[in-house]
Amino acid sequence: MNHTYTVAVMVVIALITLATRAFPFIVLGSKREVSERVLYIGRVLPPAVIAVLVVYCLRNITPLTAPHGLPELISVGLIVALHLWKKNTILSVLSGTVCYMILIRTLFV
Amino acid sequence: MRKKEVRFALEKTSPIAFGFVFLGIAFGVLMNEAGYNFLWSLLAGVFIYAGSMQFVMVSLLAAGAPIYTVAIMTLLVNSRHIFYGLGLIDQFKKMGKKYPYMIFSLTDETFSILTATEYPQEIDKNKASFLISLICQIYWVVGCTVGGLLGPLFPFDAKGIDFSMTALFVVLLINGLKKKSAHIPALIGAFSSLIFLIILGPDRFLLPTLTLTVVLLEVFKKPITSREEEAGI
Repeated sequence: MNHTYTVAVMVVIALITLATRAFPFIVLGSKREVSERVLYIGRVLPPAVIAVLVVYCLRNITPLTAPHGLPELISVGLIVALHLWKKNTILSVLSGTVCYMILIRTLFV
Repeated sequence: MRKKEVRFALEKTSPIAFGFVFLGIAFGVLMNEAGYNFLWSLLAGVFIYAGSMQFVMVSLLAAGAPIYTVAIMTLLVNSRHIFYGLGLIDQFKKMGKKYPYMIFSLTDETFSILTATEYPQEIDKNKASFLISLICQIYWVVGCTVGGLLGPLFPFDAKGIDFSMTALFVVLLINGLKKKSAHIPALIGAFSSLIFLIILGPDRFLLPTLTLTVVLLEVFKKPITSREEEAGI
């Protein structure tokens, strides 16, 4: 096992990851006043990005071939229904995850 | 640190506790099987703290990939983070000494929780959001370390536990849509991602999607801000 190589890989990953996270703060955060445009993006970007992340998480489902994304769609359906009904984040997340884990082990192996 | 903020942060992070711990364990187990003991997984969790990239790292290490390949892969996998900061500059700037840690610990999940959380008056917002970020990383590091220690001895088949992240984003989306002013932004995000997912496929669609999302948010600034004004934001 070559420790120097492993350390080098981990340092490079850590630094570049940090750079991607720090980039907007370095470019736009140094000014004393945050501009109106950045404040606007700051308000409206989060709901847009969360919608993107939902699609991103479901990106590997295959609508045209089995199992047609059914384990995901059924579980998401359960989460939506349960959350509109009970409005309890933990309950919705746990039930959806358990439902998915059961489906991929039983009906959609 | 006051108890109120700790309890608040624990509650807000609880939906992802299982997901983070078990995904961390999965990473530690992989590292262990690849011949790296728990100290390596622990260090990765503390200093890298990027879920999907840590999984990619295991295969890069196994392949003995050259450093420049590692650098390019990291940039490709993590460049989405560039967009997250845009949403949090104003909030983080007010956090003084905690500012650097908030930036370092900005993952998909902390971004979503931090931007979706509404802080009641009696809660110190800066302390609470710092604790939310810190607790998320603690879950992750604990998972990485436990997985690294147990390795193949880990007795539980955690396949599918990563769906808890999907579930969290779905729930946060529903919560966000209660505000009428969030409807157009959410539609823009969904539209951009579906278009590029269909054109470019699952491996390459994220960056063009986020870029188009920011552009469209600027294009539709008028209708979005007029809805915000109706709601009194």
